[in-house]
Amino acid sequence: MKETVKIKSKKLNVFYGEKKALSNINLEIPERKVTSLIGPSGCGKSTFLRCLNRMNDSIEICKVEGQIFVDEQNIYEKNLDPVLLRARIGMVFQKPNPFPKSIFENVAYGPKIHGLANSGDELNNLVEVSLKKAGLYDEVKDRIDEPGTSLSGGQQQRLCIARAIAVSPEVILMDEPCSALDPIATAKIEELIDELSKNYTIVIVTHSMQQAARVSNQTAFFHMGSLIEVGKTEDVFSMPKEKKTQDYITGKIG
Amino acid sequence: MSKNTELISKSLEKRHRSEKRFRFFGILGIGTAVIFLITILSSIFVEGKGAFKSTFIQLEINFDQEIIDPNKTNNPEEFKFANYKLLINDALKNYFPEVKDRKTFRDLSVFISSAAEQNLMKLAMENIEIIGESKKIWLLASSTIDVIHKNPQMENFLEEDRLINNIQMSWFNALKKNGDIKFGLNTNFLSNADSTEPEQAGILGSMLGSFFTLLVTLLLCFPVAVASGVFLEELAPKNKFTDFIEININNLAAVPSIIFGLLGLAIFLNVMHLPRSAPIVGGMVLALMTLPTIIISTRASLKAVPPSIREAAIGLGATKFQAVTHHVLPQSMPGILTGTIIGMSQALGESAPLLMIGMVAFIVDIPGSLTDSATVLPVQIYLWKSTAARGFVELTAAGIMVLLTFLVIMNSVAVFVRQKFEKKW
Ligand SMILES: Nc1ncnc2c1ncn2[C@@H]1O[C@H](COP(=O)(O)OP(=O)(O)OP(=O)(O)O)[C@@H](O)[C@H]1O
Ligand SMILES: [Mg+2]
Repeated sequence: MKETVKIKSKKLNVFYGEKKALSNINLEIPERKVTSLIGPSGCGKSTFLRCLNRMNDSIEICKVEGQIFVDEQNIYEKNLDPVLLRARIGMVFQKPNPFPKSIFENVAYGPKIHGLANSGDELNNLVEVSLKKAGLYDEVKDRIDEPGTSLSGGQQQRLCIARAIAVSPEVILMDEPCSALDPIATAKIEELIDELSKNYTIVIVTHSMQQAARVSNQTAFFHMGSLIEVGKTEDVFSMPKEKKTQDYITGKIG
Repeated sequence: MSKNTELISKSLEKRHRSEKRFRFFGILGIGTAVIFLITILSSIFVEGKGAFKSTFIQLEINFDQEIIDPNKTNNPEEFKFANYKLLINDALKNYFPEVKDRKTFRDLSVFISSAAEQNLMKLAMENIEIIGESKKIWLLASSTIDVIHKNPQMENFLEEDRLINNIQMSWFNALKKNGDIKFGLNTNFLSNADSTEPEQAGILGSMLGSFFTLLVTLLLCFPVAVASGVFLEELAPKNKFTDFIEININNLAAVPSIIFGLLGLAIFLNVMHLPRSAPIVGGMVLALMTLPTIIISTRASLKAVPPSIREAAIGLGATKFQAVTHHVLPQSMPGILTGTIIGMSQALGESAPLLMIGMVAFIVDIPGSLTDSATVLPVQIYLWKSTAARGFVELTAAGIMVLLTFLVIMNSVAVFVRQKFEKKW
């Protein structure tokens, strides 16, 4: 089956003030597949991820050069509305960050601001479906009006995923979504990613090689702001082309 | 014991000692503060509690138709033009028949407050059937008599130190012996505005003045300050210009309040020709003074909201403004309200800038609107304090009690509102 490319970065350079954080990144992200970004700390994985939905706009000193295409449209074009872009490309953060509101309000917030539900029933339904997709519904269905912050860490992270999918994005970006979670919660999220990849394009940053190997179809290895290697996950892990990749996955650099 | 453990245990002793010392000083500081507070509050209370009662004298008043309604109209409206002083004088003469000559009688007539005439008029107008009859009535005593009544030890003072002479003292004692002098609730204090006579002066005028003034301050200040705080903290680009504004807001917060009064005088009164002594101008001046306080506290509480909340909202496709109004602002509301109440409490206790715009005038009428002449609580306290008459001493203390009560109420409201907002987890 021929893969369609969902996101494509072209000659992407990112600066924080004077400091160059990413240089000349050319990366294609296939549709409805999981792409993992790996690399040592500080290599620019988060920076790259945040470029994909222009979250970096809010960092004053951050400057982006080059182009990123989503469905053939350059998202750094002048007249593109980043707000619309972020509705299409959802994000899940490293630390679970539910709103200090009820579980229901958390999931309903996105649909509400975008006017995706026409009635209360429709909204209830949407929240229920999103929670189900995030595998959280059974655990919270009796406490939907309790604060989202009262959930456990793993549940909070799944709540954040439910919140992201409630606006039916095309792409979900995840920045180390499991770094604050125990192995059981991690396993649940990984299962969920697997399930979600049927309908969504997923880009995940991870520090766990095993996780990258388990969940992703494509892996990209970053080092010191450059994209060193990208390929099918099996290939990158079993026979890396670059020496640096080899060193990283065998634990020699990190 | 290893060498390290030994070293640590040695230094521990020292650390524990310094902790103990710190705790001792802390308790000492708090103890001193509490003692001062109790001293101040109790002295104010002791001095001011007398203001809530006043002295009344009972006289047999003859509601003489010749005096009240000489034309026999039986129309209460006509009673307004009568001279009720004559009724009181007659009653006094009946009570003390030995007082014959005019000079001595003048000393007797000062026993009754001029407010009593108003009360008699009201009584006559509301009860026509009383005309032509005689009735025992409790009349408000003058402030001098009130002071003597409240300080019994003054009887033993020298005549020239006592406010009243020996003959007056004997009349007072006669009244007392007959049970015709008593204390009653001072209704004037809570229902009147200022007056030259202490027994008729009240706090209501300045209370309403303070209320109107603070209302204007709050309505002007809160929205403007919160909006500017949000704009500067969340939406404005960080550049030289916004830095400059920020520095100046911080400077404004440190400007002595009287400067704002001068500004108000120059602009609101002299250029814009707004009414002098009016709560609306006072409120505007205090709003200028309070703005920086609320802006600074707004920004501080916005800063305290974790950025992850903003990122979550923006990541979902909320605009920056939505992220702020839906999530960040509600989170920072408790802090903003605390700052607002602090600013408003400051404004409530402020007098210097209001002197500049004429809110220090002697005002007998109770203000009914934002443009009526008025004064405010702290200025009223100042005015009474600077008046010589003895009767104003307890009014001053009572005024302070009212002001403090208002401050306590405002702070309780702040605590209540804060808890209400915080309950939303
Ligand atoms: N807001 C910022 N301001 C300035 N420099 C930044 C900022 N964010 C990131 N950087 C710098 O950009 C470089 C890349 O950071 P980035 O967060 O993308 O790394 P990362 O690969 O996600 O690391 P980690 O695995 O530790 O999360 C780092 O050197 C970092 O210091
Ligand atoms: Mg990162």
